Amino acid sequence: MKIILDIQRSNPQAGVEPYYQQYTVEAEPTERVLDALMTIKRSQDGSLAFRRSCAHGVCGSDAMRINGTERLACKTLIRDVAEKSGDVIRIEPLEHFPVQRDLMVDQSGFFARYRSVKPFLVAAVGVNEREHIQSPEERVKIDDPTKCILCSACFSACPVLSENPRFLGPAAIVQAGRFVFDSRDRGLEPRLDVLDQENGVWPCENHFQCTRVCPRGIKVTKLINLTKREIKRYREERGEETAEKAEEEAKRGAEEAPEEGRT
Amino acid sequence: MVHEYDAVIVGAGGAGLYAALEVGRTARTAVVSKLYPMRSHTGAAQGGIGAALGNVEPDEPEWHAFDTVKGGDYLVDQRAAVILAEEAVQAVYDLENRGLPFSRTAEGRIDQRRFGGHTRDFGKAPIHRSCYAADRTGHMILQTLYQQCIKNDVAFFDEFQVMDALLEDGRCAGIVAYELATGELHVFRARAVLFATGGFGRMFRITSNAHANTGDGPAVLARKGVPLEDMEFFQFHPTGIRGMGILITEGVRGEGGILRNRLGDRFMERYAPTLLDLAPRDMVARAMITEIREGRGIRGDREIDDYLHLDASHLGREVIEAKLPDIAEFCRTYIAVDPAEAPIPVQPTAHYAMGGIPTDVQGRVCTADTTWEGLYAAGECACVSVHGANRLGTNSLVDLIVFGRRAGRHMARYVREAAMPPLPADAADPTRAWLDAVKEDGSSAGPGASTDSLFREMQAVMMSGVGIYRSEADMAQALARLRELRGTCGRIRVRDDSRSFNTEITEAFELGNLLDLAVVTAASALNRRESRGAHSREDYPDRDDANWLKHTLARLEGTEVQIGYDPVDLSRWEPKPRAY
Repeated sequence: MKIILDIQRSNPQAGVEPYYQQYTVEAEPTERVLDALMTIKRSQDGSLAFRRSCAHGVCGSDAMRINGTERLACKTLIRDVAEKSGDVIRIEPLEHFPVQRDLMVDQSGFFARYRSVKPFLVAAVGVNEREHIQSPEERVKIDDPTKCILCSACFSACPVLSENPRFLGPAAIVQAGRFVFDSRDRGLEPRLDVLDQENGVWPCENHFQCTRVCPRGIKVTKLINLTKREIKRYREERGEETAEKAEEEAKRGAEEAPEEGRT
Repeated sequence: MVHEYDAVIVGAGGAGLYAALEVGRTARTAVVSKLYPMRSHTGAAQGGIGAALGNVEPDEPEWHAFDTVKGGDYLVDQRAAVILAEEAVQAVYDLENRGLPFSRTAEGRIDQRRFGGHTRDFGKAPIHRSCYAADRTGHMILQTLYQQCIKNDVAFFDEFQVMDALLEDGRCAGIVAYELATGELHVFRARAVLFATGGFGRMFRITSNAHANTGDGPAVLARKGVPLEDMEFFQFHPTGIRGMGILITEGVRGEGGILRNRLGDRFMERYAPTLLDLAPRDMVARAMITEIREGRGIRGDREIDDYLHLDASHLGREVIEAKLPDIAEFCRTYIAVDPAEAPIPVQPTAHYAMGGIPTDVQGRVCTADTTWEGLYAAGECACVSVHGANRLGTNSLVDLIVFGRRAGRHMARYVREAAMPPLPADAADPTRAWLDAVKEDGSSAGPGASTDSLFREMQAVMMSGVGIYRSEADMAQALARLRELRGTCGRIRVRDDSRSFNTEITEAFELGNLLDLAVVTAASALNRRESRGAHSREDYPDRDDANWLKHTLARLEGTEVQIGYDPVDLSRWEPKPRAY
């Protein structure tokens, strides 16, 4: 069937402001949106810029907005987003990132947040001659977050980031959670300062957009809430305040202060 | 711009990252990758990493080494196989200690499952040797190694694509790379360079490989006079999703999945009575083609694109969701099949390059009589040779770790002594000339020569002419056509004149690489007049040890290929007929 791809293009380095360009392509309903993009690039317009590699949803390269929703282009079939010949599929780059060119976005801020949570094993025990023992039940606890492919779909979909661009963001919290809940890791403590601060986990408002768009089916919101709960528990055990509590108190203090100032 | 490092690693998959962790401990190291590292194709590997841990049943590295040698149809360099099997054990423990989340036995140890060609007691029965993390073992390895690189502050040049190697008088002085973001050329001068650029399945129409797998390392070195070894041996994995090539792990069969034809028969009973569906991949792929040719494919029309069924429904939903969740999702997403309810339609898919850049067991690029100073290769792009004429499943992930680490170790020792090599004044000139030529206006490649048509035709020609069953006439025709396509490709002109994020340029470069490797592959295949492992000829159906128990070395000269040979290390086991 004939499909029209309506693609947002731009080339900031060349001073080309965003505009939409339409391409018509023959595509089977069972083909991937990525296949259509590749056909356009190779036979119609080589300048169309997008990232892609594995073509089956495991590398995370081709996250983009398709008909307004964050998806992997290689995991989206034509029939998922178009019904009949002549239908239009709108394709745009991810949100919350500077656009590099067309559908390619600058993810350095995303990766910086990822690195900030110490996304590597901080071993609770020393190096073993053999493997650490980890029960199947303990292993199940980290099954969800270990699926993350760092595609940034969740980061783009998060409404909080539109208001608060300094929020740590869902993926970084998932990656932190992957270690916080790993029985072999020292857990929360090495990551406390980055998670339990004003723009750490607390800005999450349970919109669930991250969970909705995650191409790996990770229950992102649930993980964020589990991490919040873990921080609260940790602080309570030590008679300390979480950053969330401290901020609430500061706000209340600021609300009461004007009264005092007047006397 | 010129950068200087002790060690430069090209490619950021499993082998490259492990080498970086190793050499980066003592030497100034940079990793240069055309992809962000976590996008590397190691992340697509599913089934597991083979190591004789003995967590589920007793196992010996010697059995693993033997299985590897026999699996490779005796073209394997046997000392390399022994090293692979012995060092695999510690390598797996090391990965786990670095955080890799393996699936676990009830006792909390790394769980292991059966896999094709892996046996106990030198072939008596299948053995649980594949250490796995659900069906996303490669993803876990890539993530764990990248995490470790972050922890150890490894320097990355992301989205820098290698376009040339600086090789002069048998010595490597560095590489030239194209920076995608700016179109700038960068010269990386180094005491030692490791190529770990992965495979080149995109030569073929139906492949499990990523679009990025275009063999940049082997192609660049081949054009600089380095011969490529055993290129005729390209593995077709038996079970790709019909029509799409998306990999369905051998682990499905490891868990008990069965291949069936249109009659519902478990046809592998006739081809491999002992190992059945867990016979080595080349044997299973050939069996499938034979079934199709004889009218027992699912459609039964004997057409080349007919397919078979991989039935895992008897495993039960719980087992599938726990141990094979990703492939279940692929089936649901792409072909609306639920493996717990229905059989999966499968066809062989071009999967893995056994051949590549010739190395020794330290990762140094060398043949029997020549060593290139300061040049290393590891991973799929290298040929040690540890996989010989056919690779066993789970041996690639081990290969990355064991030989990636060994290369890193040797590089670390080497760069301590080696001088920084002189840099030719015109290091980037040939690449600059190519960039200028490919962007020229006016001249065009001619009718029918868009990037699209060249890709499609190359992939079709390779699939039919240099596929699972080969013949003199088909291969000769393929080689002639590939040479023509290579010529046409040289005349392609890129219309995108932007300097930033110009992927039309990088794709034109990659197409040229694939065509060069396709020519070398077809020529090597045409030359080898026997059948062995994955190289199967209808005109020479038998293995011929007397004349052909040797490695092919193919040297590219324009579009001509000069063939030489190197001996095989047979020091441990005598070649026997390969039956299962």
